[in-house]
Amino acid sequence: MKKIINDPSHIVEEMLEGMVKSYSTLIRRVEDTRVVAKTAEHSQVGLVSGGGSGHEPAHAGFVGDGMLSAAVLGDVFTSPTPDQIEAAIKAVDHGQGVLLIVKNYTGDILNFEMAKDMAEMEDIAVEIVVVDDDIAVEDSTYTAGKRGVAGTVLVHKILGDAARNGATLTELKELGEAVVAATKTIGVALRAATVPEVGKPGFELKEDEIEFGVGIHGEPGYRREKLQASRQLAEEMVDKLVAAYDDKPTEIGVLVNGMGGTPLMEQFVFINDVLNLLADHGINVTFHKVGNYMTSIDMQGLSLTFIDLNNTAWLEALNTDVTTISW
Amino acid sequence: MELTVKDIQAWLNDYTKLIEENKDELSLLDTPIGDGDHGNNMARGVGAYQEAFAKQLPATISDTFKTLSMAMISKVGGASGPLYGTAFMNMTKTTKGMETIDSIESLTEIVKQGLAGIQMRGKAEPGDKTMVDVWSAVVTALENNQLNEEKIMAAKEATKDLVAKKGRASYLGERAIGHIDPGAASSALLFACLLNYL
Repeated sequence: MKKIINDPSHIVEEMLEGMVKSYSTLIRRVEDTRVVAKTAEHSQVGLVSGGGSGHEPAHAGFVGDGMLSAAVLGDVFTSPTPDQIEAAIKAVDHGQGVLLIVKNYTGDILNFEMAKDMAEMEDIAVEIVVVDDDIAVEDSTYTAGKRGVAGTVLVHKILGDAARNGATLTELKELGEAVVAATKTIGVALRAATVPEVGKPGFELKEDEIEFGVGIHGEPGYRREKLQASRQLAEEMVDKLVAAYDDKPTEIGVLVNGMGGTPLMEQFVFINDVLNLLADHGINVTFHKVGNYMTSIDMQGLSLTFIDLNNTAWLEALNTDVTTISW
Repeated sequence: MELTVKDIQAWLNDYTKLIEENKDELSLLDTPIGDGDHGNNMARGVGAYQEAFAKQLPATISDTFKTLSMAMISKVGGASGPLYGTAFMNMTKTTKGMETIDSIESLTEIVKQGLAGIQMRGKAEPGDKTMVDVWSAVVTALENNQLNEEKIMAAKEATKDLVAKKGRASYLGERAIGHIDPGAASSALLFACLLNYL
C-alpha cells in the first residue's frame, strides 16, 4: 500500500480537518462530531446525507446552499453511528423537519433508522429516502435489495434545489422516491480499492480482467470478465441501463462517475462512446456530468448513471447553481 | 448454574480479548464477501467498551450489558454496531434487577431476547448466512442444556455453504458460497468464551 497518510486510524479525522480548513466559507464542522454542515443558515427542511468515508467528494463536497445541509462521515467504508447522525439532524433542523438521504446498504439503513428513532424522541420530524440505483444485482430474491451508488449525487442535487425552494418534508420524501425510481447505475472496476486500515486491495483482478457490477465499498461485483475496449464496455452498460427501465426513456441525464483511480481522460473516452450509442438508440441527452463524484478511494473503474428527465423541472433543478465544494 | 456479575464481566472481558486477538482473521473472513473490515470495526467497539467499563465500573449485570451495547452502537458503525448493540440492549432490559443469572432457563431467555433484538433490527432469519445462524443455534442448544464448543463452531461453519440473503454479502449471490459469514464468526467467539463460566 502506497498512500499519502500519517496513521490509517486518523485518516478520517485529518481529512475532515483539512476539508473544513480549506473551505471554511462554505462548510463548518459541528463541534465534537464528524458532521460537516453548511455555514449559511437557511430556514428550510434540512437535508442530511452521509455514509462511510472513502467516497470523496461525496458527501461533504455536496454540502452547501442548494444541496445538502449536512453530511455525516463514518469510518472508511463504514456507516456513521446513530449518535453522529442525530447530531447532524439537530444541527440542521429549523423546525421544518429533516430528510435523510441514505444509500441502500444494510449498515447505513440500520444506523440512519436508529438515528431517526432517536431524533423523533426529541420531537424532530424525520423522513428517510433510500437510494437504490444500482441495477447490477439483478436477482432480488437473493439480495437485500439493490445498492445505492453514484446516482445518489443526482438525488442530492434535485432534492437540494426543492428544499431551497421551500418544499415540505412530505413533498421532499415523495419527490425523492420519484427521483430514485428514475435513476439507474451500473459500475465496473479494473482494480479494487485499498482500505488504508486493511492495507491491501479488497479483491484481486488479473491484469486483463474487469469486475462487472461492483459497488462502491471495495466489495467485489458479481461477474468477472476479460477487459474490453471502452466502446464494448459502454455498449453493454448502456444496453443494461436502457433495459432496466420499464418504458424506454426519451430524455435522460447522464453521469459518468470515476471511482477515484481512473483518469478523466478515460472518463471522457467512455462518455464519448456512451453519447454515440445513445444517439443510435434515439435517446436525447439533456444533462451531462463527468468526473469523480462518488468514489471508492482509489478504485480504478467507473460507473454510468442514467436519470429519466421527462420531467423538465428536474432538469432545471440539476442545472441550478449551488455553493458546494464539488458539484 | 449461577452467573454472578463478576462472571458476566469476566465473560465479556474474555470476549474483548478474543476479538482483539482475532481482529485480522475476522477482517480476512470479511474480505471475499464484504469489505474486509469486520475485525477492525469490532475491535473499535470492544476497545470502547473497555474504556467505558473502566470509567463507569458498572455494578450490575444489566449495566454491564448496557455498557457494551452503547459502546457497540456509538463506536462500531456498519451493520455490526446496531445489530450487536440492539442484542445487548435487549439483554440489558431482560436482566434489569437481576443479581445473578441463576438457571439455564434464565440464561436461555436472556440470549433469546438478544437474538430477538438482532432479528427485529436486521430482519434476518436463520439460514440467511448471518450472525442470526449462530445466535439461534446457541438458543436451541441452551434450551436443551447442551451448549458446547462443537455446536457453536458447527453453526459458524454451516454459514459457509449458504447463499447470503442479508447484508453486503447478499450482493454476491452464489459467489458468497464457500465463505464463513464474519458476523457468525464474531458471534461464535462471544459464545465460545461464555462456556468457561457455565
